[in-house]
Amino acid sequence: MKELQELHLPENLGYTEDHEWAQLTGDTIRVGVSDYAQDQLGDIVFVELPAVGDSFNRGDEFGTLESVKAVSELYLPVSGQVVAVNQELEDAPELLNEDPYSNWILEIKPAAAEEYDQLLTAAAYLELLQG
Amino acid sequence: MNHSIATSGLILDEPLLWEKGKKGRRGMSIPSSDVPAAALDPNLLGEAVDFPDLSEIDVVRHYTRLSQWNFGVDTGMYPLGSCTMKYNPKTNEQQAANPAIAAAHPMLADEQSQGVLRLLFELQQLLALITGLDAVSLQPAAGAHGELTGMLIFNAYHDSRGSKRTKILIPDTAHGTNPASAALCGYRSIPVKSDEHGMLRAESVAALMDEETAGIMLTNPNTLGLFEQEVREIAAIVHAKGGLVYGDGANMNAALGIMDAKRCGVDVLHLNLHKTFSTPHGGGGPGAGPVCVTSELEPFLPVPRVIHDGECFRLEEEQPLSVGRVHAFHGNFGVLVRAYSYILSMGRELKRASQLAVLNANYIKERLKGDFHLPYDQPCMHECVFSDKLQQEYKVSTLDMAKRLIDCGFHPPTIYFPLVVHGALMIEPTETECKEEIDQFIAALKHIAQEAREQPELLRAAPQRTKVRRLDEVQAARCPCLIGAVAQPGE
Amino acid sequence: MRYLPHTQEEISAMLQVTGNSSLEDLFATIPDTCRMSDQWEQLPEALSEWELDSHIQALADTMEVDQRATVLIGAGSYHHHIPATVKALMSRSEFLTAYTPYQPEMAQGTLQGIFEYQTLSARLLGMDVVNASMYDGASALAEAMLMGLRVAKKKRRVAISQAVHPHYREVVRAYLRPTPYELVELPHGTDGRTDLSSLAEIEDLAAVAIQSPNFFGVIEDLGTAGEEIHGQGALFITAFSEPLAYGLLKNPGACGADIVCGEGQSFGLSRSFGGPGLGMFGCRQPFTRNLPGRLVGETRDLDGKRGYVLTLATREQHIRRDKATSNICSNQGICAMTAGMYMASLGGTGLQELARLNYDKSHYLMAALQERGARCCFSAPFFNEFVVEFPTEFKAAHQRLLAKNIVAGIDLGRWYPEMSGRYLFGVTETVSREVMDTIANEVQS
Repeated sequence: MKELQELHLPENLGYTEDHEWAQLTGDTIRVGVSDYAQDQLGDIVFVELPAVGDSFNRGDEFGTLESVKAVSELYLPVSGQVVAVNQELEDAPELLNEDPYSNWILEIKPAAAEEYDQLLTAAAYLELLQG
Repeated sequence: MNHSIATSGLILDEPLLWEKGKKGRRGMSIPSSDVPAAALDPNLLGEAVDFPDLSEIDVVRHYTRLSQWNFGVDTGMYPLGSCTMKYNPKTNEQQAANPAIAAAHPMLADEQSQGVLRLLFELQQLLALITGLDAVSLQPAAGAHGELTGMLIFNAYHDSRGSKRTKILIPDTAHGTNPASAALCGYRSIPVKSDEHGMLRAESVAALMDEETAGIMLTNPNTLGLFEQEVREIAAIVHAKGGLVYGDGANMNAALGIMDAKRCGVDVLHLNLHKTFSTPHGGGGPGAGPVCVTSELEPFLPVPRVIHDGECFRLEEEQPLSVGRVHAFHGNFGVLVRAYSYILSMGRELKRASQLAVLNANYIKERLKGDFHLPYDQPCMHECVFSDKLQQEYKVSTLDMAKRLIDCGFHPPTIYFPLVVHGALMIEPTETECKEEIDQFIAALKHIAQEAREQPELLRAAPQRTKVRRLDEVQAARCPCLIGAVAQPGE
Repeated sequence: MRYLPHTQEEISAMLQVTGNSSLEDLFATIPDTCRMSDQWEQLPEALSEWELDSHIQALADTMEVDQRATVLIGAGSYHHHIPATVKALMSRSEFLTAYTPYQPEMAQGTLQGIFEYQTLSARLLGMDVVNASMYDGASALAEAMLMGLRVAKKKRRVAISQAVHPHYREVVRAYLRPTPYELVELPHGTDGRTDLSSLAEIEDLAAVAIQSPNFFGVIEDLGTAGEEIHGQGALFITAFSEPLAYGLLKNPGACGADIVCGEGQSFGLSRSFGGPGLGMFGCRQPFTRNLPGRLVGETRDLDGKRGYVLTLATREQHIRRDKATSNICSNQGICAMTAGMYMASLGGTGLQELARLNYDKSHYLMAALQERGARCCFSAPFFNEFVVEFPTEFKAAHQRLLAKNIVAGIDLGRWYPEMSGRYLFGVTETVSREVMDTIANEVQS
């Protein structure tokens, strides 16, 4: 497993305490999991995705990641409706291990854009990890 | 380690069943027909089933070779914590194979089946005596099935009192089956933290127990191998709020003749006959998970149960409060025969089995505690739990040490459970291992601790002496291949 | 006691290491109020091996119907010949005394054997996936209903045919009782097949379960049933208690079943008063991750060698805990291995031949009884069981046959009061023509 200083945490993303990231692009938000999350889980073998059109509140469980011997729930960083899911992950879940940032999980149309501003910065997230 | 029992044996390769054989061979005698062929509507007919045709010796060699890739209790020490891998007596097998008993049909009238009904009746009584509880159902086919039955009983009991309960308390040391069984009955699991000594405290239970909580599921001794000292206080708190206490009897092998479940305040307890009562695990089953209850809960037990009406043994079906049936017939009856045989063979000496099981575990704990981190350093019951904390600096994990143990000729302990211990190694020797065998096992583990310091790569590459080396479980889960491919013509 | 190896000297030496004064002292942490009373002394004295043999034989001797009787009853538990090879191989202690294969490197025998069981069962049932087995046919059906509800997500009703084994239906009822789901029963028609005409009236229907051959031995029209059930947007579950039927008949997968489950005792296991057998359980591929129970999968080792592991474990209780697909944490291990050995011994050719023999024999008995004035109660085709009504009361004849060590069917009144006096017969390859003629002769006299 990586030491904390080895983690890659891009500055331009917002993070959650549950180790998801979010990125605002135009009027949609992309969501994925952090380097820390994929590293802790190890080899990801399955990604359970919601359907396009599903709506969730902030903090709702929207899917799961599975390794061989663990399941990790995914929680939505910002309320909204799912407008796209990354289908590639269904056949190639290992992409999340290879690069958890270019391989996003889903895209939402946010219901409350101000929630985005409440996410953790990379520095604050790292501080959280350091405990 | 002075001498290892492991050598590289003669291991033969063997293909999959359908990679051998020739159409037209047969491995089984089929009687010739003494009746005329009956008319058969061709619309009902299916395509021929694609099974390989094998001769008798093909089948015998196939499974004999497969068996040689396996390790069982008959092969060697199997100190798998929480699983009680004790010796499985051969006479038990013989009794279950008694022709009249093996041929008993489950749908016959009671008077035609008195022998097997009497056996069930006596086993019900013996298990009540052994646990201290009042009534027993033998139907559940495994421990988890017993838990489900227990939760159904909780549900029916609260229903009968017009009380709607939605939660259940489950300690953080519990087996995963506990929350899963409770969930099947719609109960939400509320975890209860154990304290720094690995014990459940009455005050933590009191803080969570309320009148929307159906009760608590307790394992005693718990999965850290420790006796829950405050079990009676905990039971009193739960009872005061109208709840019930479920006892997970997975660890009963520590307590035969010593603990009385009813006096501990337990209302429902399941036993694992394949653990405590010596029936073979069969590579995953069948087991048996009888449920024992107080007289207050007897009306809720599954039906049918065997009663004696003064003249003969009968199956009692009528019981309006019963949770119903959880098995098509009488549970894993053949397993019940084996456990009955074991209890009769041991009699009151069952208590000595528990004493020696606890002695073996404490002996291992004392001898190994300098070599491995012991998170809870106190007297244990039938199992002890170490961790890989001392080996972490060499980047050696519990998994590596377990795999290295295979090369030394032992089955590894349970690993990474209980969850409250990071990198747990849970060792349960059972009473049927003698001192020499245990000393060998201790020597092997001490040697592994030394290797972890000096040659850690050896551990990370283990095992080396088995039919296969470490397997790619990631690939197995990413692209599941659960069914063998159909042979293509010409292959 | 021969199972306890410790000598007194060893006990003393070990107690010295643990720092205890006696064996009792090891239990000093247990409060007095939790301790076993002198009730313990009521346990019997230990029996020697030879005394145990006599004791069990004495119990066996009180069986009015024993192995010498010809029992013409199936009803979920079947008497088929079991080859000596199967008994010998399943008794090998490397299989029998092993635990669940959590350490795959030292359990390849169990793992490959179960993988082969999964594969042969899938071919028999026409399914994409079959798990490593469940407790029995009844609990497998209950789990199938729960799985159907899981797959269908928000629907809350399931339907089951009244021609499903009555005990299986009771188990389904017990499993569903604490849930918010509702179980609806579907009647059977005069042909003995399930009447699906009320299906459209059931709202919110997640799944429908039909057994074939059903409890009456009748072969259901699964193809048509599947179309109707799918037409209602529900999943199609089929159950069975006699898997041998699929050596001859169209398998459930070919008829559109989504989930198939049933009892596998017929495949090499003795009746043993109803257990242990095994719950066979399979489904179509898209539902794999909703399956309850263990699965074995193929993979490679570090050297690229083929090997087998337990896989997709994240569905199970030890990982997902309260969100698991089931609470089951075992399979019927050695019973599934045995079923695999039996299927391997039969082979494709033998399976078909044996199934045909069962079909022919049961039809011979039916015809012989009809000749003596008995009536076949259902018009639909049957496999190796059937229901019959006699011209006069059969009870006395049943008793006379019992005296000849023949159990001539069972009265259905116990489970279907309206069918009191009608008998369910099961005929396998173990029943000779002579025995069947004896039964027919009793009907006349």
